[in-house]
This record gives sequence, structure tokens and C-alpha cells, in this order.
Amino acid sequence: MFRGLMTRSTAALLAVTASAALAAPTLAQQGGTIRIGSIKTLEGPFATGGQDAVRALTMAFEEVNFTVAGKKIEWVRESSNAQADVALARARKLIEQDQVDIIIGPLSGAEGMALRDYSRTLTGKTIVNGQSAAADTTLRDVSPNFFRFNGDGMQWIAGLGTYAYQKMNARHVALVGGDYAFPYAQVFGFMQEFCKLGGKVTKLWSPLGTTDFASTIASIPKNADTVLVIHGGTDALAFLTQYAQAGGQQPLIAGPVTVDQVVMSARGPHRRLLNNLISAGPIVDDSDDPTWKAFVASYKKRFPDGFAAPSINAVHYYIAAKAVIMALEQVKGDLSNNQQAFQAALAKLEVPTPMGGKVRLDDNRQAIASNFIRRVVDRNGQLFTTQVERFDNVTQTFGMPRAEFLALGSPSRDNPSCPPQ
Amino acid sequence: MTLARTLLLTGTAGLGILCLVPLALFLALPENQALFWIGNILARALIYGIIALSLTFLATYGGFVSLAQMMVAGIAGYVLAMTVQGAVPVIIGGFGYPMAILMALLASVLAGLAVGAIAVRTNDIYLLMITLALAVGFYRFVESNIDLFNGYEGIRNVLGPDILGRRFRDPMVFYTIASGTALLLYLGVLFLVRTPFGLALQGIRDNPRRISALGYNVVLHRIVAFGIAGFIAGCGGVLATIYNIGISPGSIGLGATINLLIMSVVGGLGHPVGAFVGSLIFAIFDTFAASLYDRDRFNSLIGAVFLVIVLISPDGALGLSRRLGRLLRGKPKPGAPPA
Repeated sequence: MFRGLMTRSTAALLAVTASAALAAPTLAQQGGTIRIGSIKTLEGPFATGGQDAVRALTMAFEEVNFTVAGKKIEWVRESSNAQADVALARARKLIEQDQVDIIIGPLSGAEGMALRDYSRTLTGKTIVNGQSAAADTTLRDVSPNFFRFNGDGMQWIAGLGTYAYQKMNARHVALVGGDYAFPYAQVFGFMQEFCKLGGKVTKLWSPLGTTDFASTIASIPKNADTVLVIHGGTDALAFLTQYAQAGGQQPLIAGPVTVDQVVMSARGPHRRLLNNLISAGPIVDDSDDPTWKAFVASYKKRFPDGFAAPSINAVHYYIAAKAVIMALEQVKGDLSNNQQAFQAALAKLEVPTPMGGKVRLDDNRQAIASNFIRRVVDRNGQLFTTQVERFDNVTQTFGMPRAEFLALGSPSRDNPSCPPQ
Repeated sequence: MTLARTLLLTGTAGLGILCLVPLALFLALPENQALFWIGNILARALIYGIIALSLTFLATYGGFVSLAQMMVAGIAGYVLAMTVQGAVPVIIGGFGYPMAILMALLASVLAGLAVGAIAVRTNDIYLLMITLALAVGFYRFVESNIDLFNGYEGIRNVLGPDILGRRFRDPMVFYTIASGTALLLYLGVLFLVRTPFGLALQGIRDNPRRISALGYNVVLHRIVAFGIAGFIAGCGGVLATIYNIGISPGSIGLGATINLLIMSVVGGLGHPVGAFVGSLIFAIFDTFAASLYDRDRFNSLIGAVFLVIVLISPDGALGLSRRLGRLLRGKPKPGAPPA
């Protein structure tokens, strides 16, 4: 018994040391290398988005030929599955084992919160957000080492409330959305504008991953004049299909992730609803902007097997990588002194975006970015979004002083509230 | 060899290994690398090893392959996160760590007993199905219940108490606590299976009818075994929640449930130590596969390694080392493997 255990333990010990030797990276860090790690979801529900993020990062690094200020960029790629604890384990591995200087990522909201918390425990390392969009990541308990060059869920819906009230004459909106923080943030943003103008909102929440929306559809009030769809991915597809099958007649408007290529490229009865659908979001597929045209052309040339147009994930990871490269150039690749010069450069940066605008950061290192009202159009059976209106310099607090905005409370299923009488 | 002597020797050997491995790491690697290994590979392997131990205990000595052990660990994690002071968002809050951990362990024992009672009439594939149903049901319940569990986002900021002025999540502190817990539970299992209760349990595994005819209450023994496994899983769940700075449905979902089964099977279900061997192999490959192999395809490597282990050795890595040992010593195959 005892000897058997010893043999086993010796074997285990040998395995540990062997893999330690195997996995230890080349520690002799050349003076001329900058190590950048990336975290995106190559597994799980957002895997296709993660793939597109890899394409965007490849483009950004290839544009500078993997060199910045005479130093070589070494890119260490990691993947998560949209779960906070997996993203955290990967980030730890990148920082502690691979010894990267900068992490670009993660992709989804809960991951962003986890990495923000982790970045606070680091000194001399920087995390530049990939595209996670939970509002509180940069609104409450901020971290000095966490930078976000994309808008949050609230910013991505900016303008829709006003558009619905003024241009579409909506007065009572029934909204359907997933029951978690990212939709809460979008609803908060929508209601900021819509309720202030005097509109009324009925909320119908359902859990993430719902497949049967029959009861939700049945509960949409008959006197609601518009339905706002906040669902994303497969939830959005399921809702729209069932709404179409149920013969839903109320006009629809949609949030930023409802109208994406997952939904637009799928076949089915929901396509009838999609044509001419109005939505808000940070990118427009079919923009006339020359910068965007050039970006799409180089994306398609480099990745013929990619999407019909770069996705929202590609755009945001591209902007993040661009920001890192620009800041590194400004400080001539100097990451000494706990990256102080580099972080200061990042904070002051104005990054040109593929959408033809510029993004800069506020005091919480959160993006002040452009947002769009978009319309879905059918081009030879392929659906795209076109620009209807454009809003520049959308801040995280919708132009309010931060203290006043914070006093409105965290977005939740019950906050804000303006139900019909 | 008497039971006390066996436990003493195993305990000393285990303690030796648990102390020597970090020492070897510090000698072989630069300091921050060694800390990464201790904090992120060994500690993780120990935590999930503890949860896998609860499954291995049930499977090896009772013949019950339960897929609900991750759920039981999750119940402990959620009770801790819901009750402890400082967690975000506040669900119940207000309790200190000792009290919150105590309640978490109590909840996991009750959950274990409940799983045992629900599954008491089933065996083999039916037991697997009913425990799988429980696990998935609990996952969905947690994911869609906002008021109690904060839904999809889960509860964060469970940092653990300070131990002698050092942070709980300091790699060395965490490793010490995790390895101490693992060793105690491991010895506890070795002790338990030699007590009359443990012997009766193994009897139930081999022939429940005969044990019943001898006057033992089979149902009660089964339920108590699940309760004990619940306690073991609960210890792992508490440590995992502090390790992950919180808990969300993803930590206890179908993926996590299957991973636990993989750990147990890869390690080997023949002996409780297999749980830890399996979780160590799992932690190493899960962390480094992406560095060893194409980063877009690393899951294939993980899958292939596990497949190979199970193919060449149906009783996992443990059986593999046993086979190798026999081969080297040139001994003939013994009649039956030691239980």
C-alpha cells in the first residue's frame, strides 16, 4: 500500500517537473521585444466573434509588420469561453507565466469585470479592453490599469430613444430583453432618452438562452405602439422567428447586438421583420465613409473566408490594438518605470476608428465614441445596415456630470422605471 | 499493517510530497514562475481534486457515479457568496468568513443527502441520468434566478479571510490551506473506508441484496455516503469560490460537470489519489495546451491526450503507472486489483 503510493507519487512528481521544464518560456527576454497577450472567446457562445477578433488583431499587427518603435511585437494568443473564471485564469497565465506587458481583451461583460478587478492587483501591466461592454467596468470601482476604447452597452444605444419618440412617434414601447447586466445597461441608455421625452415603457425579461418565447410574445401589451428587441445572438433569432410566426404586427426597433450577421445571415420567417428595421449601434456595415470602405477591402483581401463585413468584435479589437501600437510609438517602446509613460500616452490618445471617427478616453479611461442609428437593407438577398443618423462624442454618462449620473443608480431590471398608467 | 500505521505513513508521505513539490519548483524555476505554478496549477489541481475526490469516493467504494458533485460544490460556493460580508452584490451578507463557510459546508452536506435520497433507487446509467438532470436543473435555476443568485453574472468579490495578516489568495497561503484540506480529506476517506461503515458501503457496492440480508440498512448507508461526499465537495466548492473571487453559473454548468468526470476518469477510479492525479493532469493541459500546440486547435490536443490515457489504460493514469511498475518489475498480472 505504502510503496504503491510512493511509486505513484514519484511518477506524479516526475510529471510535474517534466512539464515545468517543458512549459517554461524562454526567459532570456531580448531587450527589443514587447510582449502583447490577447484574450478572446474562441470557445463557447461567442466563438465566431472571437475568431473575427483574431482576424482584426492579425490585421493591426501585420500593418506595422509586428514592429513598433524598432522593437519586435511578440503576440501570445489565449482563448476563453465567455466565463469570468476562465478569462481570469487565462489572464493570470499571460501575466505570470508568459510575462506579457500588455493584454488586449476580453470580449464579454462578466469577463471584463473580472479582468478589471485583476488589473487592480497588478503593477506595471496594462489591460486594454477588447470589447466587453458592461457599464460598471469603468463607471464604479475603476482600475488605473484598465483602459477601454469602446463604448459600453448604454453608449451603444444612444440616440435610439430620441429617434423612436421623435421620428417614429412611439409613445409606449414594450421591450423584450435578456435578464442580465448587458441588456440592463442598454435599456438604461434607451430609457434615459425615451422616458425624459415622456415615453412609457413595459419591460418583458427572459433568461439568457431562452428558446420558447411564446409567453413573452403573448404578454406584449396590445396598446404598445412599438416593440424594442434587446436580445442578442441565438436568443434574438428565436424571438424574431417566433414573433414572425405568431403574426406579430407591432413595428420593431432593436438594440446594438440584435442586428448582427448571426441574425442577418440566418434564413427563416424572421427576415420579413428585419427589412428596414431601425436599430442603434457603434458600427454600420454598409457605410459610405472612405476609411470604412478601405478597412472592409483590406479585411476581405486578407481574410476571404471572413464575414461579409467585419463584425463589431473585429472593429473593437482592431481599435484596441491600434491604440496600443500608437501609444507604444509615442513613448518609443519604453515600458520602464511601471509603464507610467505608456499609460499616460494611452490616456491622452485620440485613436482614429475604422468608422472614420475618432475615439478618446475620459478620466475613468472609458471611451468617448461615436454611435449610429442604422437601417437594415437587403442587397441581393444579403442584409446589411446603413447609416440613418450619426452621433459623435457620446460619453458614458450621456453628457451628465458623473456624480449626477451615478446617483441614478446601477442599471437593473427595475431601474429605471416609467411604466404606463 | 494496522490502520493507524497506514494512515500515519500515507499522511507523512503526502505531506512530504506537498512540501517538496513547491520546494523543487522554487529550485528549478525563477521565483515568479514558481509562484505561478504553485498558485495557478497546483492550487487549482488541489481544489478540483478535492471535488473530484468526492466523486471518486462514491464511485470507488459505493459504485455510484454521480454527476451532481459539481452542483453540490456549487451550492457550498453560492451559500458562501450569498452570506459573506463584502461579496458583490449583497444578497444576504453580514456574516464573517468562519460562519459563512460553516453554513456553506452544512448546506453542501444537506445537498449531498438530498441528492442521495433522490437517487436512492437508481443505479448505473439511471443514477448517472438522474444526477445529471439535477445538475443541469440547478444550473438553470441559478442562471435564471436574479434575486437569490444574481443570474448569469453570479456573485463576485469573495476574497477570503486574512490569515495571520496575509491575504488568503496569496499563492503560498492559498496553497498551504488547499493542500492541508486536501490531505485531511484524503486521509479521512482512507480511514472511513476501513471503518465498519466503509466496509458495509463496499459490501453494498458488491452485492446490496446480501448486505441487506445481513441486516444492514442499505438505503441509509447510501444516503449517508452521499452526505459525506457532499461535505468533501463542499470543502472544494468553498475553496474554488475564493480561488475564482466569486461564483457564476458557468462555474457549475454542464462543462464544469463534465470536466470533473474527465478528471476522475483520467486519474483513475481505482483509488482516491486518482482524483488528484487526474485534476493535476487536467490543470496542466488546460493551462499549457495553447502554448504547446496551435492556439486555435488546442482543445483537440486536450481531447487527444485524455482519449489516449483512457484508451491505453481504462483505469486512468493510476492504472497506467501500476501497469508500468509491473512491467518494470517483470511481475505477473495479479488476480484482482487492490480496492
